[in-house]
Amino acid sequence: MNFSEILKFSIDLLAVFLLALGIKGLSKVRSAREANRLAAIAMTLAAVGVFVESLGEAGIPFNSWLWILVGSILGTFLGAVVAKRVAMTSMPETVALFNGCGGMSSLLVALAVAIFPLSSSDGSLKIDLVEKISIVISVFVGSITFTGSIVAMAKLQGWLPTPAWMQSKVRHFINIGLGVVSLVSISSLLSGSDSGLLLLVISSALLGVGVTLPIGGADMPVVISLLNSYSGVAAAAAGFVVGSQLLIVAGAMVGAAGLILTQVMCNGMNRSLVSVLFGGALGSTDSTGLSASGEYLNITSCSVEECALTLEAAERVVIVPGYGLAVAQAQHTLREVTRALEGNGVDVTYAIHPVAGRMPGHMNVLLAEADVPYEQLKEMDVANPDFPATDVVLVLGANDVVNPQAKNDPSSPLYGMPVLDVQEARTVFVIKRGMSAGYSGIKNDLFDLSNTSMVFGDAKKILGELLVELKELGISGKN
Amino acid sequence: MSFLSEAFWVLLLGSLLGLELIGKVPPTLHTPLMSGANAISGITMIAALTLIIKAGDNLPLLVMGSVSLGFALFNVVGGFLVTDRMLAMFSRKPTRK
Repeated sequence: MNFSEILKFSIDLLAVFLLALGIKGLSKVRSAREANRLAAIAMTLAAVGVFVESLGEAGIPFNSWLWILVGSILGTFLGAVVAKRVAMTSMPETVALFNGCGGMSSLLVALAVAIFPLSSSDGSLKIDLVEKISIVISVFVGSITFTGSIVAMAKLQGWLPTPAWMQSKVRHFINIGLGVVSLVSISSLLSGSDSGLLLLVISSALLGVGVTLPIGGADMPVVISLLNSYSGVAAAAAGFVVGSQLLIVAGAMVGAAGLILTQVMCNGMNRSLVSVLFGGALGSTDSTGLSASGEYLNITSCSVEECALTLEAAERVVIVPGYGLAVAQAQHTLREVTRALEGNGVDVTYAIHPVAGRMPGHMNVLLAEADVPYEQLKEMDVANPDFPATDVVLVLGANDVVNPQAKNDPSSPLYGMPVLDVQEARTVFVIKRGMSAGYSGIKNDLFDLSNTSMVFGDAKKILGELLVELKELGISGKN
Repeated sequence: MSFLSEAFWVLLLGSLLGLELIGKVPPTLHTPLMSGANAISGITMIAALTLIIKAGDNLPLLVMGSVSLGFALFNVVGGFLVTDRMLAMFSRKPTRK
């Protein structure tokens, strides 16, 4: 080993160590921000390692510098712009977009090596079997990750509706067909023919679309997390292709950690990974039967004014924010309302269901953006015992996570899902656009209870009106 | 064969490490963690860099490598910045628990 090799080796070891520390630290609130920086430093080190090694060997030709510069300036600039500009509410689709590009990168590397074999150490241009397998894996997983993530992004943005036939059983046959085509092209590639390459790219890209397209909006975060895990796998495979152990470790770590995170998310939603991937939208198979039995009998609707009067008289108010609040981007208006209430001496807390928002933990990010103090955010286990002593609960765009069926009705598809026991409170106001069912397509028994009143309208608009009403009652958050 | 056998050990141990690193994650951090892990998966930029450096005068290879590097860095830079933006919101207040 000469000096530059030793240097490169040490840099790689340090980078892997820091990466592991980074991932570990990201799972604790206190250390998360430093951990993220640590991981960024590790990535920079990893890049430095490549330069050190190449400079020690044959040097880097001018042409290479040029293309490195072009690629890195463009990538860095666009990445920074997107990261700075994007709204916090569209975080899920942003992560999906970034992830898809990571998959694309692995795909391109593998394709490039497949088309133009790198000369190996003994000078031959022959690709051995292991290298071929890695290329195939990288191409396969890379394309699925890319198209899957882009479809996930488009669906979350609302650019892409799900065609009706994708909801039916037909999609399973189509996806199995695409899987078979991929396998055939893989085996032809491994047996020495190059003609299967294009076919593999196309069939696996279509497979990514076919698998992701039928999945419902609320399940999408799980899919993105899974695709994130895939892009780790693709990176590890690319590591085999170019012979980089650093890449293999990092890819394997992200792949495995992504899998665990996916599992954790599934647990929070009381869904199995299999049902997310193959079940389509929850209840889509027999939702007609459910909604037929789901007639509402005792709906009380009330005006914003009544709601304001009740809030004015309350001492303890709990806010239950949900997906609807995130979609309406009403978190800032909500914060103004709660400021006004706090100014009036009302004790306000927020009960956060683990999957509130558009992805797990997303609601915490949104409320933090609106300046809600961290201490006011209560996790479900902490919030639930306090509901009986609560005067008013405001449910904002949440539905399934406050459905008492999950506790009371063993025949309900929701049965067993952890929910917030808002019905225990004295009065519950549900601010909702209409009587449509939640994501599960199931009737919400909460709406029928005598202590529940519905306030119909867009969350942001209603909260704005509520603020005006509160001001007329002499409550404003000026202090 | 030595690189290969080493590589498989690395793959195995790396996967085991990844499984162990994330044990109990508070739901608050699911989104930032996912986004941070996503940034790390852009590590393929190493492969893209290697490719460009070894490409010599092969123009198509240089271009493919460069595009690949661009995609990877888009993922890495964007991912880390966006994660930092999210986490900055949490750390502004004194945090407990």
